[in-house]
Amino acid sequence: MTALNELTIAEARDRLAAGETTSVELTEACLGAIEGAGALNAVVRATPEIALEQARAADAAPERGALTGIPLGVKDLFCTKGVESRAGSRILEGFRPEYESTVTSKLWASGAVMLGKLSMDEFAMGSSNETSVDGPVVNPWGEGLTPGGSSGGSAAAVAAGLCPGATGTDTGGSIRQPAAFTGITGLKPTYGRCSRWGIVAYASSLDQAGPMARDVRDCAILLGAMAGHDPLDSTSADVPVPDFEAALTGDIRGKTIGVPREYRVDGMPEEIDRLWADGRAMLKEAGATVRDVSLPHTKYALPAYYVIAPAEASSNLARYDGVRFGRRAELAPGDGVTEMYEKTRAEGFGPEVRRRVMVGTYVLSAGFYDAYYNRARKVRTLIKRDFDQVFADGVDAILTPTTPSAAFPLGAFEHADPVQMYLNDIFTVTVNLAGLPGISVPAGRDARGLPLGLQLIGRPFEEGDLLNVAGALERQAGFVARPDRWW
Amino acid sequence: MSIDPQEARRVAGLARIRVEEDELPALAAKFNAILGFIDELKEVDVEGVEPMTGVTPQRLTRRADVVTDGGRPREVLANAPDAREGFFAVPKVVE
Repeated sequence: MTALNELTIAEARDRLAAGETTSVELTEACLGAIEGAGALNAVVRATPEIALEQARAADAAPERGALTGIPLGVKDLFCTKGVESRAGSRILEGFRPEYESTVTSKLWASGAVMLGKLSMDEFAMGSSNETSVDGPVVNPWGEGLTPGGSSGGSAAAVAAGLCPGATGTDTGGSIRQPAAFTGITGLKPTYGRCSRWGIVAYASSLDQAGPMARDVRDCAILLGAMAGHDPLDSTSADVPVPDFEAALTGDIRGKTIGVPREYRVDGMPEEIDRLWADGRAMLKEAGATVRDVSLPHTKYALPAYYVIAPAEASSNLARYDGVRFGRRAELAPGDGVTEMYEKTRAEGFGPEVRRRVMVGTYVLSAGFYDAYYNRARKVRTLIKRDFDQVFADGVDAILTPTTPSAAFPLGAFEHADPVQMYLNDIFTVTVNLAGLPGISVPAGRDARGLPLGLQLIGRPFEEGDLLNVAGALERQAGFVARPDRWW
Repeated sequence: MSIDPQEARRVAGLARIRVEEDELPALAAKFNAILGFIDELKEVDVEGVEPMTGVTPQRLTRRADVVTDGGRPREVLANAPDAREGFFAVPKVVE
């Protein structure tokens, strides 16, 4: 029999409904797994007291919600009332929000149980979980390997069986890349599907919360609970939330899958190319039509992202000034308010965050605004137009690799220039720029046995359809491998 | 476009991030690597293209112009590094 912390959300839900287990038992199993997984460094703050209180309430609840009694992990980017929410940054040391993010409020309202807060790259800026003030997270698939980032703690925790599901956020690939590196499933919903209220902002026009779990069905269940219009987020979409799980019919006959030729990048490893070809064959086998498509501006997505995201970050992160919350630097006698800002931000932000804030400041500064920021926004219009055209031509979903490689060693980019690390997001970042839903499904393993993911990109607000195609891919791929426990 | 240590100092000042003098050359070098990368955007023909303002077609909604929240000084000040008598406290701004 599967250990309780290894159950999927759907399995746990069914056992709870049948009275075969209790939420307290599930929660204790997860808390035990967390306690034994210190070497992964995935959980920055376990909240056993809150968890057990919510679990007991779930067990006593007269009516069951979608997630009643299901224990979950929460990326530390989500503000949780009374529980330190640090976003992986020193500057938010000791910050205990007086409010709860909309997404986590919805999860608790659906009956879910909070196990704790999960590690992440500082302010979600990174692709390896190495920029966190809490130190790197280790991939359960191998000591010394990155779980990816920025939702690296969420990915490692789900892959290691510390929790059946977790929240993530994705600005340029931060859900999908770590999901691919750890052999789990991660969905970035359409921009506006989940409220951003109470999520520490990185780049507001790109940030989107989404589920990370062991399979497609669990992502569908979680998304249903996380999504929905929120008047507190002016960009949250006022559209109905369908039953995503009901969309998983398994039937994708007649669907058209596009394969963008521009994603065949120079120097793409042979095993990634093979995985991609396998994915095409799997979807054909499941009854879909597969055809080549063109997204001509793909090449410019990363440079556009590295203008737009830092620009928005420089504005969003201006709030960390040592006045209203978080850390303030020790001041020398005679220091004024400017020294307070400058010292606080120098010691509170890590090197990657400082760099992005400064790059953002530069591209927004007088004389460069048009050359960089406005030009990047025009290129973004063209990138979205590419996708609009492909979908208008009858394509239902687009298939690409999620990442250009499997998980790489921690420290691999330590001495490289920052751009080398940015290239990790080459296949995922277009999706954020176009505001589309994208999902990574584990679909194979590399020569060393490490998991590899395939990405499917869907039409806006048609996550149900996207999840259904992903479910068919998942079934064909039959990825069941789990990491051997070494931690 | 190339950034020298002088320009790096100016940008750090605008961003209100203190950077020590001896760190400026290395910072400028990293900036230049990033700018070299984003300079690829110059190849794109953007003539007549509108800069994107919103990625989804929705219109921003309006609500009645009424007070919906407030009167919570304790919560607002709860996380301040220095709060006194219902105010945020900062070093002296005006002599």
